[in-house]
Amino acid sequence: MFSYIIRRLISAVILLLIVSAVTFGIFFLLPKLAGQSTDQLAQQYIGKAPTPADIAAVKKNLGLDKPVYEQYWDFLKGIFVGVDYKFGPEAAKCHVPCFGYSFKTHIEVWPEIQSRLPVTLSLAAGAAVLWVVSGVATGVLSALRPGSLFDRMAMGVALAGVSLPMFFTGALALALFTYQWPIFERSDYVPLMEDPFLWARTLVLPWVTLAFLYSALYARLTRAGMLETLSEDYIRTARAKGLRERKVVVRHGLRAALTPIITVFGMDLGLLLGGALITEQVFSLKGVGAFAVEAINANDLPNILGVTLLAAFFIVLCNLVVDVLYASVDPRVRLS
Amino acid sequence: MTDLDKSGAAPGEPTPAAARPPSAFLEVRDLKVHFPTDDGIVKSVDGLTFSLEKGKTLGIVGESGSGKSVTSLAVMGLHRASRQQRSKVSMSGEIWLDGKELVSADPDEVRRLRGREMAMIFQDPLSALHPYYTVGQQIVEAYRVHHDVDKKTARRRAIEMLDRVGIPQPDKRVDDHPHQFSGGMRQRAMIAMALVNNPELLIADEPTTALDVTVQAQILDLIRDLQKEFGSAVIIITHDLGVVAELADDLLVMYGGRCVERGPAERVFYAPQHPYTWGLLGSMPRIDRDQTDRLIPVKGSPPSLINVPSGCAFNPRCPYADVPKDNATRTVRPELRQVDGGHYSACHMSQEERERIWTEEIAPKL
Repeated sequence: MFSYIIRRLISAVILLLIVSAVTFGIFFLLPKLAGQSTDQLAQQYIGKAPTPADIAAVKKNLGLDKPVYEQYWDFLKGIFVGVDYKFGPEAAKCHVPCFGYSFKTHIEVWPEIQSRLPVTLSLAAGAAVLWVVSGVATGVLSALRPGSLFDRMAMGVALAGVSLPMFFTGALALALFTYQWPIFERSDYVPLMEDPFLWARTLVLPWVTLAFLYSALYARLTRAGMLETLSEDYIRTARAKGLRERKVVVRHGLRAALTPIITVFGMDLGLLLGGALITEQVFSLKGVGAFAVEAINANDLPNILGVTLLAAFFIVLCNLVVDVLYASVDPRVRLS
Repeated sequence: MTDLDKSGAAPGEPTPAAARPPSAFLEVRDLKVHFPTDDGIVKSVDGLTFSLEKGKTLGIVGESGSGKSVTSLAVMGLHRASRQQRSKVSMSGEIWLDGKELVSADPDEVRRLRGREMAMIFQDPLSALHPYYTVGQQIVEAYRVHHDVDKKTARRRAIEMLDRVGIPQPDKRVDDHPHQFSGGMRQRAMIAMALVNNPELLIADEPTTALDVTVQAQILDLIRDLQKEFGSAVIIITHDLGVVAELADDLLVMYGGRCVERGPAERVFYAPQHPYTWGLLGSMPRIDRDQTDRLIPVKGSPPSLINVPSGCAFNPRCPYADVPKDNATRTVRPELRQVDGGHYSACHMSQEERERIWTEEIAPKL
């Protein structure tokens, strides 16, 4: 088991390196291929009417005149040890982990992302708990009585959940529960540590809307998985032992049906942690997703690069956790 | 096997059949298990009667789809494959286990008997064991369902059982998962799990079919030894006559959900009285037979359990269907008739005709 974790960890690190190289390549190589000179690139760091001397200074400071692989190396180094920039007379320190400076705001990328992380984390974690619990429970109940009224209604709702886009359900939820009946008033994000009640209150609507979208998928996945495992031979064995039906279903059926759900959950959570773009927009939450949208709108390459790498990091991390979880759940995985 | 066919009107017993107390340890009377489907009613078991004493072994033989597995599942109360089918399946008749009637019993009562008084071994131990739990965990679970003991005690019991069924280093292997066991060891573990509560009835559904030939004999020996030790009644279900040849005291041959022949094993083997049994014997490879002889398969395929052929269900495949001149084979369902002693056969041919065909045509080819 230990060697398995080490192996997964190493491959996760390699994967992250590849992702960072590709992303870096895309963001710094593509402008070049598109015919943008390094002068023009450097110009973006400076305000209006740059002098050639300014441009040359920026190029030198940011290493834009170096070959790409050296720039990538500097970029990597910056993440782990930080970078000292010299802008004109005053020196600027970009702290670890340094993802560079924004073109537009001239603020370090990482602290900006960092300040937005709690919003996204709160949103994703709360919604995840909701959708896993409700989705799996609905799926199990449906699988126990396939074709029943409950099953058909649940699957109908699930179909709606999968089909209705976030910007519709989110807007609808807002219209109903914020404007029509102001149960959940619009307010800015309140940190959990500051006021847990207010924190939850501002997030209830986004949580529920997001969970509605996902739990639909999980209900269907769980139902299909349960129907399959409940027809397995080992379920018959469990019944032959004289176990109560509930134990047969939960301990023997659900346990086996959960493994593929863990995989999907890792993916979904990883994606969501990298920023729930639409949800954050709809509910005006200033999370990582909103940051990404702002960065893209502003064509702010360093910010886009930073947020992309963060998203990739979360996906790789979640998959690593899934792999380890999977191995602890299904002992056969450890062999391969 | 007791003489049940006369029992419906047994003299000196005015009580109706349903209330009549059983005389044998396990008595199955006129068992019917029907599954309604979109295409019609599947009559998996359609009027089956047999009995079994403690310490005895009954072999139920038949092709796939003859109803033998459904019979065993019905005895265990496991014929409802899922909750979905629970409302659909219909079962009638009587199953008496040690004085308790199971067909009309509360499902929860049957559940409490399962694993404790009656246990089952399945065909493919790899799929019958849960892949995520260790062998020990699964045996411990089986024990603790019926015994209020702590995990340590149950674990000791599991190790003891693994040792008993011949697993080397049971104290180590108890923590292995099923995929770390070989096929034969898995079936041994399965047997250990079935016997952990000292059940009085053990049902083995094709216990050796999924195993290597070299392991099959070991498993059968093990079942026989354990039966002697525990004194339980054993039902072995198989399509392979070789499996039950040495093990079974009685044989029951099933065809199309019904019994076509039953009796003491040596009688059914050496003086079979039904053309289907002849077919089974002819299709069985034998080491003592001339290698150049070909196996004689039973022609055709098993009957549909929805539209069972009228008359004798075997008539479309029976080479002797035209021997009785009154065309009864195609119109009248043959009842079980006594051949001698406890030996019964459901065939329209007269006993003389059958004896003649067996001695002149069938036996010399075997």
